[in-house]
Amino acid sequence: MEQFLQQLASGLANGAIYAALALALVMIYVSTDHINFAQGEMAMFSTYISWQLMSWGADFWVAFVAAVAFSFVMGVTIERVILRPLHSAPVLSIIVVFIGLLAIFNSVAGAIWSYLIKSFPSPFPKSDFGIAGVIGAHQLGVVLVTLVVLGLLFVFFRFTPLGLAMRAAAQNPQMARLVGVRVDWMLALGWGLAASVGAVAGIMVAHIVYLDPNMMGGILLYAFASALVGGISSPGGAVAGGFIVGVLENMVAYAGNQIEKATGVYIIGNGEKLTVALIIVIVVLTVKPAGLFGRVVVKRV
Amino acid sequence: MKTNRRSFLGGVSTAAVLTASGSAFAQKKYDDGATDKEIKIGHTNPYSGPASSYGVIGKGLEGYWKMVNDRGGINGRKVDFITRDDAYSPPKTVEVVRQLVEQEKVLCLFNTLGTPTNTAIHKYMNQKKVPQLYVATGASKWGKPKEFPWTMGYQPDYHTEAVIYAKHILANVKDAKIGVLMQNDDYGKDYWGGFEEGLGKDIGKVVKRVTYETTDPTVDSQIIQLKDSGANVFFNIAIPKFAAQAIRKIADLGWKPMQYLNNVSSSVASTLRPAGIENSQGIITALYLMDPTDKQWNDNADMKTWSAWMDKYMPGANKNDGNYIFAYSVAFLMEQTLKKCGDNLTRANVMKQAANFQKQRVPLLLPGITVSTSPTDFYPIQSVQLASFKGETWNLFGDIQSAEGS
Amino acid sequence: MPAFPKKWLAVLLVLAVVIPLLQPVLPDIVSNYRLFLVSTMIIASIAVLGLNLLTGFNGQISLGHGAFYAVGAYTAAILMDRLNVPYWATLPAAAIVCFIVGYLFGLPALKLEGHYLALATFALALAVPQILKYKWLEDLTGGVQGIVLLKPEAPFGLPLSEDQWLYYFCLVVMVFLYWGAANMLNSRSGRAMMAIRDQPMAASTMGIDLALYKTVTFGISAAYTGIAGALSASAIAFVAPDSFTIFLSIKFLIGLVVGGVGSLAGSVVGGIFYVLVDNSAQALSQFVRNDLGVPFDLSAYTVFGVLLVALMYLMPMGIVGGVYLAVRRLRSQR
Repeated sequence: MEQFLQQLASGLANGAIYAALALALVMIYVSTDHINFAQGEMAMFSTYISWQLMSWGADFWVAFVAAVAFSFVMGVTIERVILRPLHSAPVLSIIVVFIGLLAIFNSVAGAIWSYLIKSFPSPFPKSDFGIAGVIGAHQLGVVLVTLVVLGLLFVFFRFTPLGLAMRAAAQNPQMARLVGVRVDWMLALGWGLAASVGAVAGIMVAHIVYLDPNMMGGILLYAFASALVGGISSPGGAVAGGFIVGVLENMVAYAGNQIEKATGVYIIGNGEKLTVALIIVIVVLTVKPAGLFGRVVVKRV
Repeated sequence: MKTNRRSFLGGVSTAAVLTASGSAFAQKKYDDGATDKEIKIGHTNPYSGPASSYGVIGKGLEGYWKMVNDRGGINGRKVDFITRDDAYSPPKTVEVVRQLVEQEKVLCLFNTLGTPTNTAIHKYMNQKKVPQLYVATGASKWGKPKEFPWTMGYQPDYHTEAVIYAKHILANVKDAKIGVLMQNDDYGKDYWGGFEEGLGKDIGKVVKRVTYETTDPTVDSQIIQLKDSGANVFFNIAIPKFAAQAIRKIADLGWKPMQYLNNVSSSVASTLRPAGIENSQGIITALYLMDPTDKQWNDNADMKTWSAWMDKYMPGANKNDGNYIFAYSVAFLMEQTLKKCGDNLTRANVMKQAANFQKQRVPLLLPGITVSTSPTDFYPIQSVQLASFKGETWNLFGDIQSAEGS
Repeated sequence: MPAFPKKWLAVLLVLAVVIPLLQPVLPDIVSNYRLFLVSTMIIASIAVLGLNLLTGFNGQISLGHGAFYAVGAYTAAILMDRLNVPYWATLPAAAIVCFIVGYLFGLPALKLEGHYLALATFALALAVPQILKYKWLEDLTGGVQGIVLLKPEAPFGLPLSEDQWLYYFCLVVMVFLYWGAANMLNSRSGRAMMAIRDQPMAASTMGIDLALYKTVTFGISAAYTGIAGALSASAIAFVAPDSFTIFLSIKFLIGLVVGGVGSLAGSVVGGIFYVLVDNSAQALSQFVRNDLGVPFDLSAYTVFGVLLVALMYLMPMGIVGGVYLAVRRLRSQR
């Protein structure tokens, strides 16, 4: 039972990481219809910015806000400079551009800050947070931060004029243009927001997996899966998807462990947990092709 | 005119050697990659891709050869060090190594990095009879002079190291119940194989063994399983990132096993500090190199030389990174090997000299650890010393240990 | 896009056959290493062609063709290692195994579109190296250690080096497979494949069995890539899980897009690019550092990334598409 609780808690904590990055993926998808494969590396880069500021003596939260702001500018710039001219390029070409960006961010970070792993501070005080022996303070903190970001996004899109304009630009660009929304700037804003959310994710993740240029490599895939499970166009779904994938993965390992304990036969374990979790995800998707929380788009003939 | 005559004379002497074989004493003899002016050495390293943290070894080696060339080279010959990125992908290694051997015509390969990557070129190098020297992997398969006379390792192999831990556990921990975390690849397997051998009939003391993939974000789930197994000894076969995660998670869970950490992650800067100094107290590892963060070596002459070299040839590099220590020491051994070859720079002689070190001192190895090789012993460093982590440094204890005749 | 002129194709083929025979005359230019390099390009171009059949001609995106490449390579390796099957006989075996795997994978994939299919295939590419290490398969696959193989030698005592022979062998396979693909695409079935890509609704109202075509295309595509994998097992003489990481699949995709989506010639260009780009990226980064004297250490990986972005900028339709556009523009100006 103790193990079950710990696995569940650890799954939720990992899930929060996936969820945070999945949110960033969803942000870009909603505004531009692309899945940004460079999102993880952008988040990693933002995290290095905050690390750099802290190593120059900045306070954690100062560095945090500065990195988030920097990321916003970075996101807007990338959209305006690199993606805008490729507006009419085929989807596959855009994917290749994303892979190119991934390579650039990864290698530039490596060249500037080296590949040696760095420890990253946690803003959550150890004593008052967390449940001893089950979940650490930081992990609980990450879950909360992810939910707060989700809440902020919800409020932004629902209740602010800018959020409304962004949604309009994404859903019906022509109509939006007619009513005076500057659609192409809305896309850039979407990128900026996504990069900011990614920065939050990176800063939260770095304490757990340590800061290095490859830290987002594995996580991006999980985030990708999470976003799709939840329904790629729904921020709430992405967060739910993140928790589902995180817990599912640990439960697969847990179940395999229990089976081996009971019967002495090794069937599945840590080597296969990713595979099994992905198979489950795909099966879910074949049954509910729009994801668990996605809206089904009716095809017009 | 001068150069012309010299090359003419060189031609004559080679001819003479060919006819009067055996009397090659003090004659200049060259294979591909060696001339009067330079020696070409090839190297591969993952500068990109997931294993890119090892890229600094390649950079360090480059810096070392630059220093050698600045002080006049080896016996008057400059070293032309050609390094290529293989992204840790075996097919890519085959491609770039063939380029190094067949197009660049290097005299030998040196410190090519990675187990799967070196495995991919193992047979090729031996068919081509080109030395594959001091490879940067601790797998135990690089010291087989009978089947592979052109390949030699450098560091103490993982297998031997694991045997030493196993023996230490059996001798010191009563009622040991051992939990093992290992990376699911041949590096992990090699350690595990040695551990199994070292435990022998006591293999039943391993109550749980779990694996992780390098794509896993964390190893938290694995550590929970190990704790649940009731183990009181933990053997950590993981690369720094995951080793550090494991150590910290163990502390978070309030689990207090006796911890053994593989040498791969013994760097204070890249494993123990990220894991938390307070969480790392009492961990045991086996060392053969000095740690750059360890203050006890501050006054060591080798360390001072190394530090000066870092300042001059690796400006801006992170001096806490133990990979630079590794690079410096292995490049030193290569330099000695080539020095001993004198003017006889054939591939056969390079191998002959590499297999002929008696208690060679190499800078930055722990005091008392030396390099010894022979035509039947292709394991240059076979000794390690156990150390436990106290305060902020490793405290060496016990005698220098080596596995008997691996 | 128009077909490649037949005249030029014939010239190229003759050159491809004759040049390697010049090795005794020009040993430095036609070296064994270069032949090997060209063989790896051929192998990559077959793999990219496989992906192109699925993604380019049938409109189903795959981020995981490395998986089929791995299955093909392992099928060949296990047959050679365990059953002493000659290397040439492993190709049809790999094709059949991969066709079955691809067909089966194509069934659930029918339900998935666009990004969802991308995820499913991506997952496949991630899962395959882990499955190769699976405890109960270890005896067969060699687990993490992989399998070391022998390189094929020229048969009947032909006076060819291993690399010359490998090159011709790959060339014959490539010509055969491209010929097959070209014929298929020009047939009724090929037009149906492309109709599904362009107008799925219209295609199905015209009586094309979408499910059948899509799954069979998946199988054929996997078989092509699997044959490439089997060839690579012979060429590299070593298979290991580390050879088939997710980057392999991504590089096939890059080859496809950079070469030209939906173009046979594009697959060839993509295969060449796939091999060349790594080498040239490193050469370029060294050039920048040593010859231009830029003090900043620009890594090859950075150059690679910049190259990709720049290429997509200049030729969003890939190299073949870009060249075609340029030629047409030149002609219309005259």
